[in-house]
Amino acid sequence: MRELMSGNEAVARGAFEAGVKLAAAYPGTPSTEILETLGARYRSIYSQWSPNEKVAFEVGIGASVGGARALVTMKHVGVNVAADPLMTFAYTGVNGGFVLVSADDPEMHSSQNEQDNRYYAKFAQIPMLEPSDSQESKDMVLSAFELSEQYDTPVMLRMTTRISHSKGVVELGEQTKGPEKKWVKDPAKYVMIPGNARKRHVVLAERLEQLRELTEKSPLNIVENNGSKVGVITGGVAYQYAKEVAPDFDYLKIGLSFPIPLKKIEQFVKDHEQIIVVEELEPYYEEQIRAAGIMVEGKKFTGHLGELSPKRVAEAFLAAGLISETHAAMIPPEEDMFPRPPVLCPGCPHRGAFTALKKLKVTVTGDIGCYTLGVMKPLNALDTCICMGASIGNAIGMERVKGSEKGTVAVIGDSTFFHSGITGILDAVYNQSNVTTIILDNRATAMTGGQQHPGTGLTLMGEKAVEADIEQVVRALGVKNVRKLDAYQLEEGIDVIKEEMDKPGPSVIITTRPCVLMPKRIMEEPYTVDLDLCTGCGACFQLSCPAISASERTNKHGHPLAVIDESLCTGCTLCAQVCPEECIILRSQFVEA
Amino acid sequence: MDNTKNILIVGVGGQGVLLASEIISAAAMNGGLDVKKSEVHGMSQRGGVVSSHVRIGPKVYSPVIEYGQADILMAFEQAEGLRAVDWMKEDGVAVVSMTRLVPAIVTSTKAFNYPEDPIGQMKQKAGNVIGVPADKIAGELGNPRLVNTILLGVCSNYLPFDLEVWQQMIREKVKARFVDVNLQAFERGREIKQAAVEA
Repeated sequence: MRELMSGNEAVARGAFEAGVKLAAAYPGTPSTEILETLGARYRSIYSQWSPNEKVAFEVGIGASVGGARALVTMKHVGVNVAADPLMTFAYTGVNGGFVLVSADDPEMHSSQNEQDNRYYAKFAQIPMLEPSDSQESKDMVLSAFELSEQYDTPVMLRMTTRISHSKGVVELGEQTKGPEKKWVKDPAKYVMIPGNARKRHVVLAERLEQLRELTEKSPLNIVENNGSKVGVITGGVAYQYAKEVAPDFDYLKIGLSFPIPLKKIEQFVKDHEQIIVVEELEPYYEEQIRAAGIMVEGKKFTGHLGELSPKRVAEAFLAAGLISETHAAMIPPEEDMFPRPPVLCPGCPHRGAFTALKKLKVTVTGDIGCYTLGVMKPLNALDTCICMGASIGNAIGMERVKGSEKGTVAVIGDSTFFHSGITGILDAVYNQSNVTTIILDNRATAMTGGQQHPGTGLTLMGEKAVEADIEQVVRALGVKNVRKLDAYQLEEGIDVIKEEMDKPGPSVIITTRPCVLMPKRIMEEPYTVDLDLCTGCGACFQLSCPAISASERTNKHGHPLAVIDESLCTGCTLCAQVCPEECIILRSQFVEA
Repeated sequence: MDNTKNILIVGVGGQGVLLASEIISAAAMNGGLDVKKSEVHGMSQRGGVVSSHVRIGPKVYSPVIEYGQADILMAFEQAEGLRAVDWMKEDGVAVVSMTRLVPAIVTSTKAFNYPEDPIGQMKQKAGNVIGVPADKIAGELGNPRLVNTILLGVCSNYLPFDLEVWQQMIREKVKARFVDVNLQAFERGREIKQAAVEA
């Protein structure tokens, strides 16, 4: 059976074939579809969303120690959150096999940084596999579990956006049961008090030596001999780009990329007149090869910023003198066209909150989610965005040093609040901060596609769950000033934010409108513009609503009058509230008039 | 590689770009070819530019198409077609819906304008550009969401798969109650050949 699968779907398939019993994750692009596929298609595996990556990782450890094969997936920055258990789990090792999937995002298609997580495998000293397409993504999940159990170690599978989100043909295998293991009490292995951890560090060092031997003979590190004088050392999607440009060069394709096969590399270098290292992002291979005293070049030609592409690899080969010409048409196009950045959806409740904040001219510390789009023109309503949960701590610090004259407000989504906003609120209470936090509660992990979270009342597998109540949580943390706010009510929103900012002590405002896309699409009666009354003032354009655009008609200054696309309008009423001419009215009223 | 066909599909989030690329990929795999298809999810879904790269052939390496390498450019929106025109091969064909979607950044700021006659500008840069009144045809068929299938029908004239394969893939990928109207939409598109439409 062959099937066209994305890398993420292939990882899910691999987990199914490997007999994984438990999978846990927090959603994050580009990793999200792995657990979504498990929940939708491979329901014999128990799969769950955890509130954050650290908890997901710890749940996975529990399952592994309990004897089952466990899969834990996250985006690259999620591994930062889970780094604490990762570093020590490397000491204890596993019982049932444990695989961590890190989905990196070179080029930052949907991320705040493009850190190269291959360094985490080296840092934790755990084996790492790097697939270069969907088939390998599936196969390497199976190899990773075998390695994990054979060497008593967690294993990292490192994906990137192009691997996770590209589809390719995958040969399917059968589901297996996985090894039968039982929990055995073994405090010397699993209780990392200093006396035990010192002994386990020795085990880790010995294991690393064994892995160094393994990597030299592993079939995952393949030499492709085409009789060329040029040898390319590469791995991951960079391998595909290089093969696209120069299929006839010789290749050392690194699939087991920690520890890297230094002896094999040394021999490969000796066997070739010219050598280039082609890897995306940091000089991870190159540094280690050079540190071993083997002179190679790579980053000098490929650069270390952003995604590679066939074009960039061709240019690198050209600059290194390995090819004499690149394809004539590979010239970047000139683009003088308008940008089409992502925007908040029509009817998105965040638009109301940001419009109110913009009118108050306060400083807004932001967080990770759809509402990060509040930074875009013309809203321009966000001043910081660092990482999950950072908004609250940022606001506390900013407020303490009176960095902003008009005051500081933190905005954070519901899923992000559960992920790592709770401790920020606790800090505000404990340290008597005057900060105001707006929790934009839209009842979904919206940015990644509307996944469930502890506040939605449903689990990944569709079971009913207790709905965590944000108001009760913040009250229990000691916040006295807690208000609910309908984000579609602009004037009220401005008043409420102002009042809460003026109160001493921390305040929390919780918005109540759900995401317009999830769990069901919200479409109320649309609004329309009475063009006979519209003066072309442009106030509604400032909302940046995709349903509002310029009509063919203009006013006497040549400014366009507004028109509403009724198929997009959700009837949220915001534009009617900001229109000074009262010319935006319900469609039914317009027909009657 | 020379025996690889590159199909670049561009549009705006929510237009059905991904379904079109799914159907082409499935048709290719069905025909025993290697396929790679790449797109970026996440932020791009929120009304931003969406592009899907489909590469088919005996053996495909890179999942992405390079500038100047697309054999077929399928554009769901005129300005997005113009934005992607440099990705086409000199002898490539562009199938462009006459749809215009003017984003908020153009209406709300004075910094940008929607280009004049994007399809006309494309014709100055590329030899074979087919403008398709897909919205109009979709309206005639009673469902504005058929634009992608109509464009797919036009593109099918430039891809080496039999009509039966296309029809089978549409049956597999489209919800049962929409299959018949999608088959009609595909047929309407397939009737449109090079330079047949100037509206």
